[in-house]
Amino acid sequence: MKEHGSSHNGHKAQSSEHGLRLKVGLAEMLKGGVIMDVMNVEQAKIAEQAGAVAVMALERVPAMIRAEGGVARMANPKLIREIIAAVSIPVMAKARIGHFAEAQILQELGVDFIDESEVLTPADEAHHIDKHAFKTPFVCGARDLGEALRRIAEGAAMIRTKGEAGTGDVVHAVKHMRQIVQEMKSLTVLSDQELYVAAKEHRAPYELVSMVAKTGKLPVPNFSAGGIATPADAALMMQLGAESVFVGSGIFMKERATPLDVECDATGQLNNPAERAEAESRAKAIVIATTHYNDPKTLAEASEQVTGTMKGLAVAGLDESQLLQTRGW
Amino acid sequence: MVKTNPAWRALRAEGKTANLPEEKTETAKPRIGVLAIQGDYDAHASALQDVGAEPVLVRKPEQLKGLDGLIIPGGESTTFLKFLERDGFLESLRAFAAGAPTFGTCAGCILLATKVLHPPQPSLGILDATVERNAYGRQIDSSIEETATKLGPDFDTGPLETVYIRAPRIQQVGKGVSVLAERDGFPVLVRQGHLLAATFHPELSTDRRVHRYFVNMVGEARDSTPHSAPESIHKPHRKS
Repeated sequence: MKEHGSSHNGHKAQSSEHGLRLKVGLAEMLKGGVIMDVMNVEQAKIAEQAGAVAVMALERVPAMIRAEGGVARMANPKLIREIIAAVSIPVMAKARIGHFAEAQILQELGVDFIDESEVLTPADEAHHIDKHAFKTPFVCGARDLGEALRRIAEGAAMIRTKGEAGTGDVVHAVKHMRQIVQEMKSLTVLSDQELYVAAKEHRAPYELVSMVAKTGKLPVPNFSAGGIATPADAALMMQLGAESVFVGSGIFMKERATPLDVECDATGQLNNPAERAEAESRAKAIVIATTHYNDPKTLAEASEQVTGTMKGLAVAGLDESQLLQTRGW
Repeated sequence: MVKTNPAWRALRAEGKTANLPEEKTETAKPRIGVLAIQGDYDAHASALQDVGAEPVLVRKPEQLKGLDGLIIPGGESTTFLKFLERDGFLESLRAFAAGAPTFGTCAGCILLATKVLHPPQPSLGILDATVERNAYGRQIDSSIEETATKLGPDFDTGPLETVYIRAPRIQQVGKGVSVLAERDGFPVLVRQGHLLAATFHPELSTDRRVHRYFVNMVGEARDSTPHSAPESIHKPHRKS
């Protein structure tokens, strides 16, 4: 946390305190917006056109990863470069949990945010990436406050709920958001001496626990992801305290598709104008709903525009072993 | 500036507030809108509170009515435009910013400019400047710098911390635009009459000089004839 004084004549030397502020600064700029999963240049352009604040470049959306199985890894750098060249908004990409070499590659490509994501197959069963070692900011998933604070201690500049990706079922995004918000609220009424035990129970650094106890909120922006599929889902998460939403499979999947039959060419170019129009209408409606989350009249209008919502997969019907959210610790 | 009945003030001083109308002393605070489509509008709102103004979040065109000024925050200008293109928001905003003090930071600066490059996109077109988006590169090129300012005699002249996040660059400005701060020879804080624009994020620093400067501009506009606000464009203002 040493202050290195001001940089000289545009010199790029930045102290670590500056580095963290710049990372969180970009997260601040993304507030109140929608970050959309995209698998090709065309989808990235549709997302930008619809008003997304950023895109997440992926080879397969979570619903496809769920359906197809296998090891899910970082996207091909060529795809990421193409998407970076195609849009003017920030581009994010996912690295496997603990896979710092994938993260180094993503930083080299000029990705604006790295998602150390449970949606990909973890590369390390004990360690997450040391995110302080990077200039590029990281977002990480969390199911409770302790997990969120452990990720922040490792250098994450943004937290998102894990939810259950690729299902189109918002129930666990709600569960995780409520859990984090409730745990933050409970910290605010504890005395100083009780905070030491709270830190132990949350398995998180005392300094961060004490910071949350003072402010009642995370020291970095708190976004939501995992199963958000409709404008109403986005509004729900915003009203529960999310500062932005990530939308994955809910936009670029074929009408009524479930995560188990997505092999019906969801990756393909959206040549069919009807499919393209559907994806656009879903994307726009979720963007509108995220800004006007507190305005039911506008939400009704936005929801009306949506055709062909993802059929989805109820999380309650999934086996424990099929859950992505239990990856990471 | 505080417009209070002196009798009430006396009663308040004695702590006898039970029957007094609420908060009348607060009405003199300038009410400044913050465009809240998306972006770091909360950071601007708390900066405005720090300097004694009342922030009002603006998500729809009708919410511009009655405001003394407006801040267009940082965020994604392409996202802003999607909302502004609906319900005549862009026209309402243009009409508002043509007369009332308006301050744009980063994406807000892009929206105010007459010409936008890289890629070209629509804008309010009222600040005589050419602005290039993402001109310094990607997030990895974001930086915190310090710069000298020319805010005038009311302000400390010490260096100002400037936070650049995927920042745009003001390539050139018209004759009526004064440059209040520079980075590597390019303007980063400019004023044209009742318009103020920054390519950096003063709301992300603890230094409140730039917000105070803007609130002063709002005060000047309110003190001058309130019904002909557009005139203030041509009013002489404090120059370096």
